[in-house]
Amino acid sequence: MKSEQTKKLIKSGAIWFFIVVELIFFSIAGEYLALSDKAFMDADNMLLLLKQSAPIGIIAVGMTLIMVNGNIDLSVGAIFAIAGIVLLDTMSWPMFADMGDGVIPVAWVLALLVGALLGALNGVIVWKTGVDAFIVTLGSMLGYRGLVFMFNGENPTSNLNWTLVDFAEAQFLGLHTATWFFAAVVLVVWFITRYTIHGRNAYAIGDNRDAAVNAGIRVGPHMLINFTLIGFLAALSAVVFYSESGSVNPNDGQLYELWVITAVVLGGTKLTGGSGSIIGTLGGVLAIQLLRKGLGYIGADTSTVNLVIGLILIVVLFIDRQLNVKGKEALKV
Amino acid sequence: MINSTPALRLEGIVKTFPGVRALDNVSFDVVPGEVHALMGENGAGKSTLMKVLGGLYQPDFGSIFIEDKSVEMTSPLHSKALGVVFIHQELSLAEELSVAENVYLGELPRKGFGLVDWDLLYSKTDAILQKLRVGFDARTLVGDLSIANQQMVEIARALTVDAKAVIFDEPTASLTDAEKLVLFDVISDLKQQGVGIIYISHRMEEIFKITDRITVLRDGQYQGTVATRDTDEESVTQMMIGRKLDLSRNASHHELGGVALEVKNLSCGDLYTDVSFQVRRGEVLGFYGLVGAGRTEIAETLFGLRQPSSGSIHVDGKEVSVASPAEAIRLGISLVPEDRKGQGLVLGMNCRDNMTLPQIDDMTAGPFVANGAEVSLFDQYRDRLDIRTPGWKQTVGNLSGGNQQKIVIGKWLSMHPNVLIVDEPTRGIDVGSKSEIHKLIRELAASGYAVIVISSEMPEVLHVSDRIAAMFSGEIVRTFTSEEVTEDNLIQAISGIKQKA
Repeated sequence: MKSEQTKKLIKSGAIWFFIVVELIFFSIAGEYLALSDKAFMDADNMLLLLKQSAPIGIIAVGMTLIMVNGNIDLSVGAIFAIAGIVLLDTMSWPMFADMGDGVIPVAWVLALLVGALLGALNGVIVWKTGVDAFIVTLGSMLGYRGLVFMFNGENPTSNLNWTLVDFAEAQFLGLHTATWFFAAVVLVVWFITRYTIHGRNAYAIGDNRDAAVNAGIRVGPHMLINFTLIGFLAALSAVVFYSESGSVNPNDGQLYELWVITAVVLGGTKLTGGSGSIIGTLGGVLAIQLLRKGLGYIGADTSTVNLVIGLILIVVLFIDRQLNVKGKEALKV
Repeated sequence: MINSTPALRLEGIVKTFPGVRALDNVSFDVVPGEVHALMGENGAGKSTLMKVLGGLYQPDFGSIFIEDKSVEMTSPLHSKALGVVFIHQELSLAEELSVAENVYLGELPRKGFGLVDWDLLYSKTDAILQKLRVGFDARTLVGDLSIANQQMVEIARALTVDAKAVIFDEPTASLTDAEKLVLFDVISDLKQQGVGIIYISHRMEEIFKITDRITVLRDGQYQGTVATRDTDEESVTQMMIGRKLDLSRNASHHELGGVALEVKNLSCGDLYTDVSFQVRRGEVLGFYGLVGAGRTEIAETLFGLRQPSSGSIHVDGKEVSVASPAEAIRLGISLVPEDRKGQGLVLGMNCRDNMTLPQIDDMTAGPFVANGAEVSLFDQYRDRLDIRTPGWKQTVGNLSGGNQQKIVIGKWLSMHPNVLIVDEPTRGIDVGSKSEIHKLIRELAASGYAVIVISSEMPEVLHVSDRIAAMFSGEIVRTFTSEEVTEDNLIQAISGIKQKA
């Protein structure tokens, strides 16, 4: 029993240990290789890192709940782009012309609403057709991306509102706006997974769906809630990101789904469902962002970064598997 | 019996499916404080009857009464609300969640705003666990529990409602003998609390140990209800299958051949230690012990699924190393695994392809698979093993357990192995087919195969083996010949050392 607990501690702590290793490695390697004079663990640099983690991180939090529930959502990148377009385009609609900056919250609400609706659409299809979430969201990923291109062709959708940019670039207690949003999302969804009936039922469904059904848990509505939530979070991520950048390229958000899933899996969530934690995902998101930033810091280009992250993902899953195999052996004795 | 009003009564239940009359005018009742066994071969209608009680099927005719009130059961939840609860053979738990969350799955106590009332959840669960006198608490993770304790969680789940009738469906299938005793204690506690218990099992010795009445179904028809103390195994078996079952001792009377397999001082981590034995051609060596004693792990080592940490394996007198199942097959070591459906068969494939699976590489005509040779091989073993199937095209998943097991055995026999290892030969197989499998194992030995049988069922191991290796905690405690062995000394061997440990 004791060793079982130790093992769990090691497993949940592993990602944080990895983050510490990364910090040490890049600090030392940076001494010799860095292109800038600034130390890697410079406070501004770390604050920036948190801010840059937010877009992927906010979606990853939602993806954790989706994966714990036993599903997956590949359409988050496309929803991200659509929500971005809704945010920027609605601000220039003539009907809102005399609202001044009052249009900002309206545009936000519209973008979030559209995200939630697109997510809910995924959820309803998965629920009512019984088709695997992987297939459904693969389809909606293509479909939603199609909508993005239908809107403005290959051209970017731009609308720079300086009030909005000021808000997005603001720092409160040292943390950027995006970081605050990320932190709030982590806190709220963590609370949902730990303390609400919905959260606990989501775990039960992902762990043993038959048992959940037999116990009278209605699987469909829970999945619908989770898909709606992740749609909302993908839109929130877009709202946070595009408030600052002011321009959506129709290819934006592509491969986001894979970065998000990578972070969630690194954070210890099982692909098969039933197990995973929001805090682990937070670790996974930070670890990836550190790696991207750190490799850039010591002069590696994007392709090297992708290669390294890919390798690390496989190594981590291999180690995880070894740990689990050992665990089963121990149980048999 | 405290009260003569039945807790649950079924009257004249009829359920037909296209072409089949699955239940034909079946009546059944259980009174508070009794254990009522429901018996019958696979396909006799037990599961259909249970699905009627569970609200999954609606009967065509007939009525259900709970404490003399007529009820209609529309869903599993509805049945449970009416006080009819099931303990299923296959555990249905979420392993990553706590005991308490599993016990109150789907009914977590709330405290407003959709929040879980954890304090109430834990205290209610602990109260139930106390009644069951188990050694774990509500916060334990289900995945950390043994199978037997996981079953206790299932039982705890049943006790969250005011249960009138509790239905145990093959509850001992994966329990060790010691764990069974704990389960029987729990059942007798429930009985004393005035719950009516329906007990479904193939295992005669359990039925006679704990039940008060026995009802037998055959081919969907009610065969009768008898008081357990007024009957015996033989007559119940006769009611079930319409003929007698032979469970006598069965030592070989033919000459034994040379040593086919010898194992010397074999150890594998802390799974088993210093195991030595030999099997000769023409004999059946039985392995008996509690689940976790290391029996299956030895079989897995011999078949190349595990690597030993020390010791040696000799086939036909030559020392060999079995690095993989492919190597084992080459050496003539075959394993009929415990988990037939998971490890022994490709359920979606047809009979012929399953049987020829390990030797498909050799059955070729030029670059193609030799279909004709495959079919004739299948036909040969179908006749020899008496496999009942409409033809080789039949999908294996649709066969009965007994016939599936014969396909697995045939698969290996067709390769003429030196040693045939059979792990739990009759798990989940009905009584009639059981004796056929036993007979088959005896015949294989008689025709010169060296056979190792691993079993958790004492009557089975006594019936088929020439010698029995009794295992406890990873060691062979003693090897009995069929003349020496008795039920008593075998039980002592597999558990007597427990007091020392």
